[in-house]
Amino acid sequence: MAGGLNDLFSRLGGRRGETPGETGAPAAAAEPDLIYPTKALPKFLATMAAKPAPALLDLGPVVGGNVSFFGEELGCRIRVEDVFGDIERHAVSGTLDALPEFFRTRFKSEPGTVDGILCWDVFDYLEKGAAASLAAALARLLVAEGSLLGFFSTASDPGRAQYTKYLVVDQGNLRYRTYPGTRVRQRSLQNRDIIKLFESLRVSDSFLMKTNMREIIFRKPAYLAGL
Amino acid sequence: MNIGKSVFIKGELSGSEDLTIEGNVEGSIQLKENTLTIGPNGKIRAEVFAKQVIVLGEVTGNVTATEKVDIRDNGSVDGDVTSPRVAIAEGAHFRGAIDMQRKSQPVGTPAKPAAKDAPAATPAAAGQKAGA
Repeated sequence: MAGGLNDLFSRLGGRRGETPGETGAPAAAAEPDLIYPTKALPKFLATMAAKPAPALLDLGPVVGGNVSFFGEELGCRIRVEDVFGDIERHAVSGTLDALPEFFRTRFKSEPGTVDGILCWDVFDYLEKGAAASLAAALARLLVAEGSLLGFFSTASDPGRAQYTKYLVVDQGNLRYRTYPGTRVRQRSLQNRDIIKLFESLRVSDSFLMKTNMREIIFRKPAYLAGL
Repeated sequence: MNIGKSVFIKGELSGSEDLTIEGNVEGSIQLKENTLTIGPNGKIRAEVFAKQVIVLGEVTGNVTATEKVDIRDNGSVDGDVTSPRVAIAEGAHFRGAIDMQRKSQPVGTPAKPAAKDAPAATPAAAGQKAGA
């Protein structure tokens, strides 16, 4: 009976009660893990599926389960570039003003060589200038029709100084695992601001989730190949 | 076979038995049919080829394994990893690219749970078969 109720609640929203201990992982998180549905991830995966060995860029900290998922299920070549770590390093050293210039040369991959980019919610932690610089750098990396997945908080409360790892549970669910940092979310971006940020890309799919998270997939138009 | 903490090797290291390195190696390491373990004190600046690679120390360089690469808690790899199975524990450091082989199951089929993000979380641990 209790199990049935738990299952019902889990279908209505985030699944509480799944603590890190239940996964066998050490409790690195400040809060218990929560599992939330995602609508954009399966769409994002579908855009990658047609390619034999797509190149995937993950801006989050490395997550072993995600590497297994994307590598084995999709046959992706995955590059992990921990931009959250970059932000934290600059926040700690008081050099956040240098981030726009830093992002201009941050990525070593050749332009037009990446099929998909997982940004997660990295833009929530950036000032306008740094966000614009990072967005431009990422857009350059994408191949024609390449996809970029971003999460953008719509909550007005910046919350705690912490970041979130998004662990893929399956194609339709993500486990949110927070870990401490020194940076809080910046002001939430309006939809038009987000679109303007990626003005060289087009919005393919956009979902406003019950978690106050806007999940957006951008695609690089074919006519911009090579730019 | 162990290479102790005080040992420094520069050059090409190859063999046909399992090897644990606690010292420093610069150059290349080839154990095509065996397991290479980089111990907690091991520091490697080398191209690594082995059947299986277990990292508890530091590796700078590309790592290729025909079976599995396992980066344990506090292990560190700065380089590209090529292997049909890769496990990265929470608390491990990794910077680079990962090349794995695609499973036969196409995307779009009913969702299959990802391997849990636990120490040494492997596809095998989640009941999945490697893509070899």
